[in-house]
Amino acid sequence: MKFEDEPVPGYPLPIMPGHSSPGRLERILRSGTFAVTTELDPPDSADPQDVFRRARIFDGYVDAINATDGSGANCHMSSVAVCSLLARMGYAIVMQISCRDKNRIAIQGDILGGAAMGVCNILCLTGDGVQSGDHPQAKPVFDLDCMSLLEMARDMRENHRFQSGRKITYAPRVFLGAAANPFALPFEWRADRLAKKVAAGAQFVQTQYCYDVPRLRSYMQRVEDLGLLGKVYILVGVGPLRSAKAAEWMRSNVPGIHIPDDVIKRMSGAEKPALEGRQVCIDIINEIREIKGVAGIHVMAYRQEETVAEIIQKSGVLAGREPWHPRRDTTPVQFEKEAQ
Amino acid sequence: MYVVRRWSVRHARGLQSFYNGFEWVMVMLHPLWKRIGYERLEKPVAMIEKLSKGFLFDCQMCGQCALSSTGMACSMNCPKNLRNGPCGGVRANGNCEVEPEMRCVWVEAFEGSERMVGGDKAIRVVQIAVDRRLEGKSSWLKVAREKGAAVEAALEKL
Repeated sequence: MKFEDEPVPGYPLPIMPGHSSPGRLERILRSGTFAVTTELDPPDSADPQDVFRRARIFDGYVDAINATDGSGANCHMSSVAVCSLLARMGYAIVMQISCRDKNRIAIQGDILGGAAMGVCNILCLTGDGVQSGDHPQAKPVFDLDCMSLLEMARDMRENHRFQSGRKITYAPRVFLGAAANPFALPFEWRADRLAKKVAAGAQFVQTQYCYDVPRLRSYMQRVEDLGLLGKVYILVGVGPLRSAKAAEWMRSNVPGIHIPDDVIKRMSGAEKPALEGRQVCIDIINEIREIKGVAGIHVMAYRQEETVAEIIQKSGVLAGREPWHPRRDTTPVQFEKEAQ
Repeated sequence: MYVVRRWSVRHARGLQSFYNGFEWVMVMLHPLWKRIGYERLEKPVAMIEKLSKGFLFDCQMCGQCALSSTGMACSMNCPKNLRNGPCGGVRANGNCEVEPEMRCVWVEAFEGSERMVGGDKAIRVVQIAVDRRLEGKSSWLKVAREKGAAVEAALEKL
């Protein structure tokens, strides 16, 4: 899909009537196109090339890339910095903000700063507890929760003011997102929690890994019953499992991940587990894309990001379109010249 | 205490009725509180509140009590201080991701809210960001002062 008003890479698109942001992701979702997003594994390095290299492997396969904010409470390059590097190349970035490490003063500063650098999408998260990361001795902040963060960010955008009431001269034009986990207890309340997030300002959500399609179906049914379809775009999280052992480990050690026994059985019976893991992922994608209200997928392949392109291609979710990437609209020669 | 805290959630309905009566008395005594001076009352009342609510709910004295909206489970006992529902890390047995031996505060909250009158509605309302300046202060006096002033204003209009 190519927009007619495609700007010079790194510059914002014109904001369409009724849109909140000058971003590609919002345009894709609002046009009703099945969206594909993924997650960049932020480097443990200060080399910008490490970020560019990690983004390049998604070129042509995704509509937006999430820049994680100390995910799993582990220390990496900051989400603001990753966004800054990639946004000036023209990439559509989803800047994740977690409430674990920063108070409201720092967060509001980051929202302004991120938007100034070309961030069009912000994902508001509570964040994992410090105990699950590599710095369990750190002080958890949690000044806000994801809900009050959403509300604050929306207020900055809509009413041009900080939480203190002080005026913002140029509001951050951002499309606001949140996370959802339909696969954790208490199940019957999960859709209600989504309703709260929508009330607080969420315009899209990306879910936790989905390995249990029936449970997702009942969740989506409840979402529909609450009248949320059309108010929020739901991108379902998917990802390849490496092996039955890895799946078992994830299930018991990573909070919030639910993997049913039959998926593990299918993995353990496979001759080539990694290949089977990708196939399981593709099969799940093809099942969930048929569910009413699913607006796209969010492919998370932690430490196996190179499989993302293959999974997206084989699943056929892009239906022949080529999402924007730095080399799409330029001839290779031109691109080389620009790069120099 | 953890055991007492869970008892309180199981008896959310009774505690709600008790609190509603108590709140009414507190609000009605607003003229008296005003005469004594809210500032002067702050310390002793906060201490009584801390002792009683600390015993019943493991109250953390955030100073802006939301127990009526959280099924009588104090959401400040959530290690992430979540005031709007559970995070995505709730374990398969309903326990907390951070403290594996503790039931998720929000799993408890939903159970408690179903026992309360109008609890299932209250729990769906978005709770705004915590005002950290109120930490350690009495939530009862805050309610008495705010609602008392509203009653006064309404009476003046008549």
